[in-house]
Parts: sequence; structure tokens; C-alpha cells
Amino acid sequence: MAVKRKQTWQFKNDIYLSSTGTATGPKEAQGPLSSYFDQSYDDLYCGEDSWELAERRLMEDAVMACLKKANQAASSVDLYLAGDLLNQIVTANFSAKKLQIPYLGMFGACSTSMETLAVGAALVDAGFIDRAIAAVSSHNATAERQFRNPTEYGGPKPPTSESTVTGAGAGLISREASPVKITEATIGKVFDWGIKDANDMGSAMAPAAADTIASHLTQTGREVSDYDLILTGDLSSVGTPILKELLYERGYDISSVHQDCGLMVYRPDQKVFAGGSGCACSAVVTYGYIVDELTRGNLQRVLVVATGSLHSPTMVQQKEALPTIAHGVVLEAAGGGES
Amino acid sequence: MAVKLNNPADYKQNIKPYQPKPKVFRNCIRAFWTGGLICAFGQLIANFYVTFFDFTETTAGNPTTATLILIASLLTGFGVYDKIGQFAGAGSLVPVTGFANSITSAALEHKSEGLVLGVATNLFKLAGAVIVFGVVAAYVVGLIRLLFKALIT
Repeated sequence: MAVKRKQTWQFKNDIYLSSTGTATGPKEAQGPLSSYFDQSYDDLYCGEDSWELAERRLMEDAVMACLKKANQAASSVDLYLAGDLLNQIVTANFSAKKLQIPYLGMFGACSTSMETLAVGAALVDAGFIDRAIAAVSSHNATAERQFRNPTEYGGPKPPTSESTVTGAGAGLISREASPVKITEATIGKVFDWGIKDANDMGSAMAPAAADTIASHLTQTGREVSDYDLILTGDLSSVGTPILKELLYERGYDISSVHQDCGLMVYRPDQKVFAGGSGCACSAVVTYGYIVDELTRGNLQRVLVVATGSLHSPTMVQQKEALPTIAHGVVLEAAGGGES
Repeated sequence: MAVKLNNPADYKQNIKPYQPKPKVFRNCIRAFWTGGLICAFGQLIANFYVTFFDFTETTAGNPTTATLILIASLLTGFGVYDKIGQFAGAGSLVPVTGFANSITSAALEHKSEGLVLGVATNLFKLAGAVIVFGVVAAYVVGLIRLLFKALIT
């Protein structure tokens, strides 16, 4: 008899998201959620000489904001779990050098935000560490260089393409009581349903998100109505209706509780094609807006499903389909927060 | 419940209704008039060189191209050309200005990696394919022309 797989982790202890920090670029600061970000730059270079340095600045700013709010020094944090979209996750690596916190780099493309949060919470729950920081970053111009064409290149983009969010988000995980609890995590499997167009990640990632959400609901025995919000990372205006239909066919109607970070971070008139994407997309929305709503008690239980496309430009050119993944983390209001 | 979208084998086909359709006709119209506008502007520059400098209609071609390249490169540097490109598509991609944009944008992009290994190495990252196929096509067409000439005379 096959042993039942443990895909959803239910934390035994009370694990908290003690504090969060966010930093963003100019376009995000003009978006509807700007008041929830700790810091925003009005220039893509963020006062640095290159875009890579700008992304690193955003990452460090987010971590420092997170530490400051928790009134902690970097030396009191046991583990730094971080990732980004660049080759060899250099932003995370170099920020770890500066922070001098024991470090594990992680890559899950745009799903890294919830990947780092889930692993951090599990390690704190298991008692190996007391405090961990989960952080991710992405930058529109560095991602363009990494995955697409030079930023100033005049080739037109199709309407299904997404715009990478410039920003970074960090969260401090510990067992010290705070208004936001981390209760469960569902680790996703990799899917490839034949989408080969790297300019259409919403369509490619929807099946992965659908599987993670359906698995989570089955394994926890909950209904869709047990959640105030099911939040996906960056499915955009193309992937969102596909996800709803995929889950509706499986017997879950999420349309009343679903939102997508990629559609929340920008206004519709900001010329971002299908919506926002990138590690920072789900991170700045979750660590900024969602955490604030949980703290105020406007939301009680939220399933954040960060979606990621794990392709590389080489694999796309070799005509491989996009492998996609989605990781879910449940955040709950612990009550007693300042409102 | 009918399982339609949840079938991985036909997923790519079945999601078509959810994807925004490319506005082919609108894009063609835009490409036509913007491309035409760039060419008309080029003609204006050529006439300028013929009228005010010592150029004939044939020799004015080189300074005209150089001027268009300069303008396109400046517009790329000021961050305008990519916005024109998003609107015009092939209209601004096909003329020599598009070629200049592909080279300048690559140079700007890789400036942070140094002059030799950054700018020089990556300068023809996008334009390289155009040059390769341009040269190859010139050889093929030249051979065909030679063949015809040999057969006819």
C-alpha cells in the first residue's frame, strides 16, 4: 500500500510572521498599494550605478525595514533564506554577504517568496532555529536582461506578456507572538501542460496553481469558504480566468475569494500588459498589503499561492515547454494586533 | 462535470478563448503609416543634403542613413524608441532606425560589464542575425544573378 504523501505541512507550534519589510521601484509606488510599502524609489537605479546594484539595494532595504520593525539586529537572526531571478541568484548571495546571517539561497522563480517563507517556518517549527528571515527580490530591468531583450530594444511585446515588478519583500519568522500566524504550507509539484511561449506565463502557471490549491483544500479538509482570500502570485489577466475554470471543473468555485497579486500591484492603465510578475510581485503585496489587512483583522485566513515558471532562456530556445510550480502558505490573523 | 480545461494534452488548444487575440489588422495599419512616416522623413533628409550640400540623389544615401541612425540611437538613449516600437511594431523595427535601436540598446544594456567584454561583445547580439542573413542572402542572390547572366549571354 502506498504511503500517503505529506504535501501540506501543518505547523505544530505557533509560528508567527513577526514583521515584514518592503521596498519598491517607481512604477509600483504609483500603483494602488503604494501606501503599504515601507520604502519606494522614484528612479529604477535606486541611487546605484547599475540595475543589479539597484536590485541588491531593494533587497537590503526590505530586510533592514523588516529587522527595524521587529526591533532586532541581524546578529539575532539564525537563518537567511533568500532568492531572486538572476543567474546564480546573485542578489540574494551578495545581500547575504553584507548581512552576515547564516544563509541558504533558494530558487523557485517567482514562487520563491512562499518557498522561502514555508521552509523558514518549518525550520522554526522544528526547533532548529529561533528566527529566520525569508526574502526575495526582482527588478524589471535585470529581469529583462536575464530573460528577454535589452530594456531599450524596440521590439513589441504581445498582450499576454507580464511586467516584472521592481521591488523586494522580507519577512521575519519566529515563535514570538505577533498579529500574523503562519499555520500551513503546501509544497507544489512541477507541471508542464505544453505552453512554450515565455511571453505567456499566466497560461503556463495556471495548472500548477490549480493543483496546489486543490491539493491544499483536499489535504486540510477545508472548503473554499474557509478562506477570506486565496491569493495567487502572478497569473495576470490571462492566467486568472483559466485558474478559476480549472478549479471550477474540479468542484471548487474560488471566484468570490480569489485575487492575483499581478493584478493588484499596478493600476490597469499603467501599461503593464497582462499584469505584474516576478518574485517581488507576490512578496510586496503579501508582506505589504495582506499582512496589514491580517493585522487589522480585516482578513482572518489567507492562502497565498506564489506561482513560478522555472524556465531558462536556453531551454525556451531549445523549444522546451515552461515547467511551472506553485507553493502555498496559509497566513492567519492571530488577533491582538494594533489596529 | 465536463472536464475540458483540465485535460493536459489539449490544454494549449482549449485555453485559446482566454488569451487576448493579437490585433493583426490594427498592428498592420500602425506599422504601415509609422514605417511610411520614417521613410518620408528620410526622403526629407536626403532632399536637404541634395539642396544645401554637394550631394547628388545617389550619393545623398549615405549621409541620410547616418543621420537616421544618429536620431534613432539618440531616441534609444533617451528611452523613447522602445515606446515607439511597442506602438509601431514592424513599422519602426524594419527601417534602418530599428537596426540602430537594436545595436544601441544592446550597447546600453551591457555598458556595466565594461567596454570590451560588455559593449563590444554584445553589440551585435540582436543585429548579428540580420547581418549574417543579409550577407548570406547577398551571396545567394549574387550567384543566381551570375547564373542567369551566364545562361542568357
